[in-house]
Amino acid sequence: MSGIAVSTTINGDEVEYLCQAEETLLDVLRDRLGLTGAKEGCGTGDCGACSVILDGRLVCSCLVLGAEAQGARVETIEGMAQGDTLHPLQTKFLEHAALQCGVCTPGFLMAAKALLDANPDPTEEEIRFGLAGNLCRCTGYDKIVRAVQDAAREMNGG
Amino acid sequence: MSFDATYHDQIYKSVGTRPVRPDGVDKVTGRARYGADFNMPGQLVGRILRSPHAHARIVSIDTARAEALKGVKAVVTAADLPDLSDGDQSHYDLLDNCMARTKAFYDGHAVAAVAAIDAQTARKALKLIEVDYEVLPHVVDVDEAVQPSAPVLHDTIFTGGVEPKPTTPSNVAARAEFGHGDVDAGFEDADFIVERSFKTEQTHQGYIEPHACVASVNPDGTAELWVCTQGHFVYRQKCAELLGMDVSKLRVTSSEIGGGFGGKTHVWMEPVALALSRKAGRPVKLVMSRDEVFRASGPTSATSVDVKIGARQDGRITAASAELRYSCGPYADIWAELGAMTSFACYDLENVNTVGYEVLVNRPKTAAYRAPSAPMAAFAVESAIDELAQKLGIDPVAFRIKNAAREGTRSSYGPVYGPIGIGPTLEAAQTHAHMQAPLGPNQGRGMACGFWFNFGGQTCTDLNVNSDGTVTLAVGTVDVGGARASLSLVAAEELGIPYETVKTVVADTATLGYNDMTDGSRGTFSSSMATISSARNAIEVMRNRAALMWDISIEDVVWEDGQAKAIGSTHDNLAPLSIKEIAEASGKTGGPIAGHSEMVADGAGVSFATHICDVEVDPETGGTKILRYTVIQDAGKAVHPDYVEGQYQGGAAQGIGWALNEEYVYGQDGRLQNPGFLDYRIPVCSDLPMIDTQILEIPNPNHPYGVRGVGETSIVPPLAAIANAVSNAVGVRMTHIPMSPPRILAALDAQPTA
Ligand code: FES
Ligand code: FES
Repeated sequence: MSGIAVSTTINGDEVEYLCQAEETLLDVLRDRLGLTGAKEGCGTGDCGACSVILDGRLVCSCLVLGAEAQGARVETIEGMAQGDTLHPLQTKFLEHAALQCGVCTPGFLMAAKALLDANPDPTEEEIRFGLAGNLCRCTGYDKIVRAVQDAAREMNGG
Repeated sequence: MSFDATYHDQIYKSVGTRPVRPDGVDKVTGRARYGADFNMPGQLVGRILRSPHAHARIVSIDTARAEALKGVKAVVTAADLPDLSDGDQSHYDLLDNCMARTKAFYDGHAVAAVAAIDAQTARKALKLIEVDYEVLPHVVDVDEAVQPSAPVLHDTIFTGGVEPKPTTPSNVAARAEFGHGDVDAGFEDADFIVERSFKTEQTHQGYIEPHACVASVNPDGTAELWVCTQGHFVYRQKCAELLGMDVSKLRVTSSEIGGGFGGKTHVWMEPVALALSRKAGRPVKLVMSRDEVFRASGPTSATSVDVKIGARQDGRITAASAELRYSCGPYADIWAELGAMTSFACYDLENVNTVGYEVLVNRPKTAAYRAPSAPMAAFAVESAIDELAQKLGIDPVAFRIKNAAREGTRSSYGPVYGPIGIGPTLEAAQTHAHMQAPLGPNQGRGMACGFWFNFGGQTCTDLNVNSDGTVTLAVGTVDVGGARASLSLVAAEELGIPYETVKTVVADTATLGYNDMTDGSRGTFSSSMATISSARNAIEVMRNRAALMWDISIEDVVWEDGQAKAIGSTHDNLAPLSIKEIAEASGKTGGPIAGHSEMVADGAGVSFATHICDVEVDPETGGTKILRYTVIQDAGKAVHPDYVEGQYQGGAAQGIGWALNEEYVYGQDGRLQNPGFLDYRIPVCSDLPMIDTQILEIPNPNHPYGVRGVGETSIVPPLAAIANAVSNAVGVRMTHIPMSPPRILAALDAQPTA
């Protein structure tokens, strides 16, 4: 079986891979590149567990083909911390206990990062609508919203 | 050593604080490994073929073409999972659910499975399997299934619990009755009676992580299973039984678990993965799609409940009764029985009677879902209680307080209560600011109570004091939402050392003794009890070692603040020995230091909650918005309050989804119409407000710190609290859950115009 050759940048590193035409970016990340931080909760774009940032835009990687990443810049949860320094969102998720099982957490962190990159000082309502594409079944979202509010506050200088 | 589990009041240093969980960094960096995040060398991809029919006889299955496809390494059917049940019906049912034997009982029932070198080949192979079905009439509705005219699923089932034994087979698998007193006489005494019927639709636990496992069976018959589960020891037991293996030969490791809520307490496809691996001679990874999760892993029961409650003018309930019909899917279980037990557990009743009927239908096997069966019963009872309070002209909280169970009350399901929290949660609700907040047009407020038993069960832990004085705690209850933090706190508390020096891990089945699973809100209750016992045992060892180091009698050594101290006037000159000093010397004083504990953690205290909810209903669309939500629940003792609040909030949110949106929709053909998160809509962030919590701490007398389970009760009151709020907002009693916009509009339309 021949594959499609793709050159892309993932978390700042240049990466090349071969993939089949029907393989999603999520399949490639998880099964070919060993980046299992993005999760498959549905495979149909409904849960956000597979969220990554593609050329600055939040996407469900289960709805993007692996071949579409050609020449793109992909950010995944594995690249969110800078070395051993966690991103403020990661720290605040921990401090606020914004995760229980944690399977939704990588997707929420990606979505929250995309939200704060675009809108550094969101209202509670903007946060709630900004994260409405991500499902969490454990927390009732309360502590997630508080963590994002607190992270925004800190990133804006307190 | 005998362990004293009784509660003692004390000042805590660690318990009750809110540190970051030990597994947290892995989870925010994407490193934590869940069910589907694990791979083995040479691993194959497994896929399952599922019945498209709700009810069909399997005439034949031809797998020859699939087996011939290049890249296919194994195909299994029921023939590869021989029946070893030996008359054990529940064993047979579990096996039949994993792989249909003679009939497919629901849309999604597994009929065959393949293992192939990649997903594409596996998918192709499924298409090449030819199943000849004889389609049979089906029934999916719980009320239709009990009719004599309904298609019968099993001609071998005659209603149990009925004398004399019925002569015709039935979909009513069993009847169970609870209660005491004389309800007929009680209703005679009543000034007011409310009698109503209620229905709830089937919902799914909706964990975000689909079921996933990697199975590897070696040629020598030993095997490993990596799996997301709420109980790896139970999975080991069940898989070994179903496959005819020695328990010792199967090692099960629980992955991080992406939500379970009861749905990951039953084996579904893990035995199939093992059978595939056994046949292929290679590891097999099997991951369900979301569609499969909905169609073929356990939803909760759909229910139909009739309630009757009577009260005197003075506000005292004189009698209460309920008849409950719960769907079980195709296999008999105790779901209605649990509903019948929990229905009136919040109240102190002289005359009470409940009867539950287990109803078989052509839907997936019902699984536990957080306080299983209690929310639906509470919906019916708490709605009727509210209506009765209205009839009596009494405030609904005051009415409940007047009739609330208390210490010494004989519960409606039998036992006499010890100290319990229903009264205090109601009193807290009565004085809560939420109760006084103003309401606008089309808005309504509702409240309701809930009860759950809580389980204890078999538990063991190993606490190892490392050579530098830090501690590793191995537990066998799966951590579903922060338990490792709570158990580290408990070990730190008991040993008198900092939380940061304790690391709790979940051990696999080969490295720790048997543990029951994380269900029944037992994880933190039982493992904390075993942890306290382990820590006390380790302290004994360390007192001994200190006595050796000092060359004094152990009687003269006490353990305080993480140190051994010598007492008695002759030992004044001895400086305390820290855990670190004792650990560092351990190689010379008798070897490694550890504390173990094996126990049946008895005495899980029952749990109660009261919820308050404000809604606004749009009379044009029938849409309901939750404006404000408050959870008040007794935790016994909140070990890590963040995760206790999290349980309260999560349960409430699931209840909100159940009350307003979530339901399995079946077509005329008996096929599930909405097996995906787009059409089975669970609450999203923008659907909800903040969920306020109030933790009450009424110590459980049977736990050293007073801990009670907290995981489940929070899902019990929401259906009723929201139904009461909606009913108050629209002026029509809502009796069918979910209260989706079409149902609310229909209820409004049915109203005679004023
Ligand atoms: S897996 Fe991509 S949105 Fe659910
Ligand atoms: S923490 Fe479990 S799904 Fe969000």
